[in-house]
Amino acid sequence: MHIVVCIKQVPDSAQIRVHPVTNTIMRQGVPTIINPYDLFALEEALRLKERFGATVTVLTMGPPTAADSLRKALTFGADRAVLLTDRYFAGSDTLATSFALSMALRKIAADFGAPEIIFTGKQTIDGDTAQVGPGIAKRLDYNQLTYVSRIVETDLDAGTIRVERRAEGGIQVLQTRLPVLVTMLEATNEMRRGSIENALIAARAPVVTWNATDVGIEDLTKCGLRGSPTIVKKVFAPTARTEKAVIVDADGSADAKAQALVEAIFARAPTVEHELNEQAAHHYV
Amino acid sequence: MIEEKFDAIVVGAGPSGNAAAYTMAREGLNVLQIERGEYSGSKNVQGAILYADALEKIIPDFREDAPLERHVIEQRMWMMDDKSHTGAHYRSEDFNEEKPNRYTILRAQFDKWFSSKVREAGALVLFETTVTELVKDLSGQVIGVRTDRQGSPIMANVVILAEGVNGLVGQRSGLRDEVSPDSVALAVKEMHFLPRETIEARFNLTGNEGVVIEAMGTITRGMTGTGFLYTNEESISVGIGCIVSDFAESDVTPNELLEAFKNHPSIKPLLAGSECKEYAAHLIPEGGYRAIPRLTGPGWIVVGDAGQFVNAVHREGSNLAMTTGRVAAETVVALTRKREPMTAAALKDYEKRLEQTFVMKDLKKYQGIPALLHARKGAFFGAYPRLVSQAMQTWFRVDGTDKKSKEQAIYRNFRETRTLWGMLGDAFNLVRAWR
Repeated sequence: MHIVVCIKQVPDSAQIRVHPVTNTIMRQGVPTIINPYDLFALEEALRLKERFGATVTVLTMGPPTAADSLRKALTFGADRAVLLTDRYFAGSDTLATSFALSMALRKIAADFGAPEIIFTGKQTIDGDTAQVGPGIAKRLDYNQLTYVSRIVETDLDAGTIRVERRAEGGIQVLQTRLPVLVTMLEATNEMRRGSIENALIAARAPVVTWNATDVGIEDLTKCGLRGSPTIVKKVFAPTARTEKAVIVDADGSADAKAQALVEAIFARAPTVEHELNEQAAHHYV
Repeated sequence: MIEEKFDAIVVGAGPSGNAAAYTMAREGLNVLQIERGEYSGSKNVQGAILYADALEKIIPDFREDAPLERHVIEQRMWMMDDKSHTGAHYRSEDFNEEKPNRYTILRAQFDKWFSSKVREAGALVLFETTVTELVKDLSGQVIGVRTDRQGSPIMANVVILAEGVNGLVGQRSGLRDEVSPDSVALAVKEMHFLPRETIEARFNLTGNEGVVIEAMGTITRGMTGTGFLYTNEESISVGIGCIVSDFAESDVTPNELLEAFKNHPSIKPLLAGSECKEYAAHLIPEGGYRAIPRLTGPGWIVVGDAGQFVNAVHREGSNLAMTTGRVAAETVVALTRKREPMTAAALKDYEKRLEQTFVMKDLKKYQGIPALLHARKGAFFGAYPRLVSQAMQTWFRVDGTDKKSKEQAIYRNFRETRTLWGMLGDAFNLVRAWR
């Protein structure tokens, strides 16, 4: 069994700031991390590896420094790392990115065996589009299961996978045939800490590095800025909320505390009490 | 089970650890370096000044690609009271030499660069991995390390402890005592962003020239300590630190001290209009020669802050760290080449080599200073700076008083604060400790 996990190196959004004058994102000096959603995908892949003895390949597209994220993925226990990097990829939107990644995945399939499952995170924290995973599935003609919260069952003999998918208003249980692309939701598992053996292997492991030509891309107009129809019209920092959190202080019983809390809420939002009363009246009619 | 045995394991990726790992790897040794931080420099805090000489002896052409901020052309030494400073400034065009002697650096960037050199030299570096204890054989010889990651211990012929000021691995392994609160300082600092043109105009600089301000006086409220302000390319590092036991006795927090220092009338205009980009705090070993723990034993060597290698009088540390790291590495390389076992006796050679360097010579020279300043902190960090400032004020203020009377007033002021014998005693002791 071969599993590929697509990860992205992103700026740590907790430490990013927008320049007050130019309104551009100040990336300089901001540490990079593996997109947190991708870690849930990677952990899920590593669990399948343990169960089925699968090989896990991590793939990323980015600047040469993205190799750091791949090495980190190896310390968690992935077996192979592939970096797709080329200056022609600079400025890619989700369309161009999914194109380039799908080409790399074709080469991965040819060189290391076709993956039964491709994992991605639900979305990245720097783009928030959730489009790249489905884009890859479409281009590779893989079935796709998005917003997956749990993998219920993987049956390699039957070639099927059953998952739970979070949808509006409930949880869907879906089953489909392999090969499949799965995008994992957050908080679905907890990333393990790699063993010392994994850390040693990762520190030595070579990162397979491919450029556009290596993965068979001939039409460079499909790559990077030229291959990206998305136009960013405006970047702005949201204005900070002026309202501050209030700690409601009250002595005594839980009831007294609850009473104080309710009073504080009503004092701040006077219409709430009226609305609640209306609703309650309606309810009892 | 990890079959592999390394020639050496280096615990920590600060200046001393990087110097040691680089030196050994470049000489062909199989080196493993283990760092608890996410990357080299992620846990490290310093003012920070880089002293070129110590690094040149390890990487001669470091200037080609190391991330350096400004080379220092001017040193300002300030004695401060609450409203004033009395300064001695030295600025020289000689410092604009082809290969400058001192640079301001940002440690997060510099350490990353140094670490990349370590890996290029061939050492294996593990990050986000904490060495929890040393593994010993029945005879007590250190033969490897255990980490916080699952798995078997990793074996090596020798372990170089470049683990920093607290020396936790050494403590846990029974090689040393806990660091005494009166031999470490707690320093806090902030980085303030300012456009480079503003910095250059404000400090009278051109291009990559830089200024260093070292300050002492009432800014530490009678505690043993100093303040500093360094110019970086597009930021200013400002900080202050005092001996931990002094903080414990006082009711002043480090943060209050830094806020007051930043708002001192002599400092405030230098920071005006700046934006605080980051803040950090760290312990600095300042016990000097007398606080140095045991440095070698069977299969282990201590370098850098873990060995208390800081010259507090001259504000030097990273150069001592790099030098001790290099010398330890050279000792290990020589023994490895001779195929000699890393016994306690063999590793003593590290200490002998250190005696020949400026590190031990300087620390020995100033061995009495930390204790003296600490014992007389009320005078050195309170009374004297105040007296000097008052004397300056009396002398420079033109108010119709004749100069003779002014001289007498200054003398009286000194006498009222301190007895003649007390002052002479302090002066005598300081001179004696300095020699």
